[in-house]
Amino acid sequence: MTEEQDATPWAGYAPSAAWDEAVDVEGSVREPYSRVYAEIDRMSGDDLYSRAESLASTYLAQGVTFDHAGEERPFPLDIVPRVIGADEWEIIEPGVSQRVKALEAFLADAYGSQHCVTEGIVPRKLIATSQYFYRSVSGVEPANGVRVHVSGIDLVRDQHGIWRVLEDNVRVPSGVSYVLSNRRAMSQMFPEMFGAMGIRPVLEYSRRLRAALAKSAPEGVDDPTIVVLTPGVYNSAYYEHSLLARTMGVELVEGRDLETVNGRVYMRTTAGRRRVDVIYRRVDDEYLDPVVFRPDSALGAPGLINAARLGNVTIANAVGNGVADDKLMYTYMPELIRYYLNEEPILPNVDTWRLEEPDAREEVLDRLDELVVKPVDGAGGKGVTIGPDASAEELDRVRAQILRDPRGWIAQPVVQLSTVPTLTEDGLEPRHVDLRPFAVHDGDDVWVLPGGLTRVALARGQLIVNSSQGGGSKDTWVLGGVRHRASSPPPESRVELSGMSPVPQSAHPEDYVAGQQQQQQQQQQGGASC
Amino acid sequence: MLSRIAESLFWIGRYVERADNTARLLDVHLNVLLEDPWVDEPSANASLLAVMSCPVEGTATRGTVLRQLAFEDDSATSIAGTLAAARENARRAREVISTEVWESLNMTRMDLRRWTRASRPHEYFVWVRERAAVVWGLSSATTSRDDAWHFMELGRSLERADMIARLLMTRQLEGTTGPNWTTLLRSCSAHEAYLRTVRALVTEERAAEFLLIDRLFPRSIAYNLDRAETILTQIDGSEGNRALSGRARLALGRARTNLEYSPVRDILDDLTGQMQEVQRACATASDLIRDRYFLPAATVTWNQEAL
Repeated sequence: MTEEQDATPWAGYAPSAAWDEAVDVEGSVREPYSRVYAEIDRMSGDDLYSRAESLASTYLAQGVTFDHAGEERPFPLDIVPRVIGADEWEIIEPGVSQRVKALEAFLADAYGSQHCVTEGIVPRKLIATSQYFYRSVSGVEPANGVRVHVSGIDLVRDQHGIWRVLEDNVRVPSGVSYVLSNRRAMSQMFPEMFGAMGIRPVLEYSRRLRAALAKSAPEGVDDPTIVVLTPGVYNSAYYEHSLLARTMGVELVEGRDLETVNGRVYMRTTAGRRRVDVIYRRVDDEYLDPVVFRPDSALGAPGLINAARLGNVTIANAVGNGVADDKLMYTYMPELIRYYLNEEPILPNVDTWRLEEPDAREEVLDRLDELVVKPVDGAGGKGVTIGPDASAEELDRVRAQILRDPRGWIAQPVVQLSTVPTLTEDGLEPRHVDLRPFAVHDGDDVWVLPGGLTRVALARGQLIVNSSQGGGSKDTWVLGGVRHRASSPPPESRVELSGMSPVPQSAHPEDYVAGQQQQQQQQQQGGASC
Repeated sequence: MLSRIAESLFWIGRYVERADNTARLLDVHLNVLLEDPWVDEPSANASLLAVMSCPVEGTATRGTVLRQLAFEDDSATSIAGTLAAARENARRAREVISTEVWESLNMTRMDLRRWTRASRPHEYFVWVRERAAVVWGLSSATTSRDDAWHFMELGRSLERADMIARLLMTRQLEGTTGPNWTTLLRSCSAHEAYLRTVRALVTEERAAEFLLIDRLFPRSIAYNLDRAETILTQIDGSEGNRALSGRARLALGRARTNLEYSPVRDILDDLTGQMQEVQRACATASDLIRDRYFLPAATVTWNQEAL
């Protein structure tokens, strides 16, 4: 190789204070990343950039976009994958699955007899004051007992490399389409590594989701009609809605395509009305049914909740799940896991102060400049204030907000999210990431998609990774996929194995035997000229 | 098939076909302007815009024509506008159309930006026709012949009949002798097929006959009207309520038989009027199809006051 040592893209890569997933403090490469490191090491910087460019252009061509502030933008995908070793996945997978089971049990309890309140695990006030606790859906029994069909449990890795749960999403978690399309794009970009590393596949997600939705159909429906309900083409996650509908092979409907008649839900088709059994809805609770929620909503269909209550349609995820992913409820999750499942939590929480408790509130108000304050119902990084980065004015405003509405906020220490090498304008640099593994609950099992969405903050030192805050994503590779690559069998057995004689591929009769004729024609020409 | 999706597919068919034919028509027109020494450009341009039902203000220059029919965004008569609209409809029906078709429409929309007003229009027209061919080729190779295909084909045949009628109207533009029949045949990619079918030099009546009523050539008006009728029958299947789609078929059938059973000389004598009849029939059919398949029987809106 003529390439000089300092020409590798890794030159100048230096981890910051946070846990770096690729390189340890001594600068040696961690085991899961060894192959990726070596592969990139062999490339020149230009090669890496040109691959990144072609990655971006395939995304544009495929229309992998999200809508930000009314504009359709390509979703940034970083060229360096994030690798998770098989041993780490053995913690994450059962941890996520345990969490989902506890959330499921809690929701059934909260909308049922509320044992967790009578046993003193959770204060009644906490459930009653949650903005997303809807009395209007208590008594709506899901067909196979599942309320959390799809969930996204956000995980982070702290400065010691320990995986922690940052928040639970059991309403309408989004992002799984990017996992699927990231994988497709990356496998075309790095076929060599995919062959060698044994990366677990993600493509079965759609099949799993469809199966789980089918199992949740109302009783007595053998071959349910499933639909995906989208708010419409201007929604930021429209790409995802259409990808899921397409890969599951079901209709993508908008609210105006649905109508409810006599407690049954139908969609309007060119062949008249067609009964709908399962709605995988990507519309928020408040917009789902103008009869029960916001009367001005045009995104849902009037009468949906009533149809669900009558057991004529399944709404997935169930309405009212927001009470479980309230960030204040999050602080009770470890206790709820012990209470419902009789197990120790596998994945710890991030330490959190409940601001309704006077002592905690006092401490937080004292140390506001070193803590992170979040609204309990926020999503997409909205309303988050990071103490060390905030101005005095902002801190004052937060202080006032907390005093006014202590139920509405929580405080956490600043977690130095782990970093992963990311291609920036100045070459490879560490950038903070989180991970959202997706789990599908079909009533019997919780299946965790091996991988999940890794979101990366593209600006240096930025700790908020949400795409609505200018974040990008990475393909997430979970190692340890079982590989069936038998050594090549001896040639004679191959012939026997096929056990049939091949059918010859035919052609136009004059094309491949025309040698003679051509010769004759040429000769004749030659003869004429002689 | 969802009514909303069917409507999007119908319009993808119409828009792509419209872009294709507008490109053909503009190509011919610009050539006529170059080749006709006695041409009165402003009135030729104005009457072309009238054929395309585009409003004209002031003098219509070549630039006006190109802007209004080729490059303007957000317009249902310009190539750029219709290609962009086709892509938006494809996005709405993304889960029904195949990935290949989606990507070709998406790429077309993105590449539109490369074609600025200044670049040579002929190359742009060639590119537009190529893109349309790619879309049709991919969709015919990747779409099941179910309702998704039917609605797209329905839109395409209606639009093609309509646009060929408009193209033939340019034969009698104000201020110019208009394109000759050979040019018209060429612009419909029909010249070679004509020569093989008719085996004679191009005469006005034979050429007109070929573009109006040839039963085998896919760019004759009657062929497309007939195709639309057939598709409507297929969509309807064995279904009950046939009244409205029956009326759509009726409108198309009447226009087709009028062309087929009238002496070609009569049609040529009143070419503009006859071609407008064809366009009117297509518009009527399009409205009836919308009423029958795309509009919900009754829209339920939740009225706050009623609470």
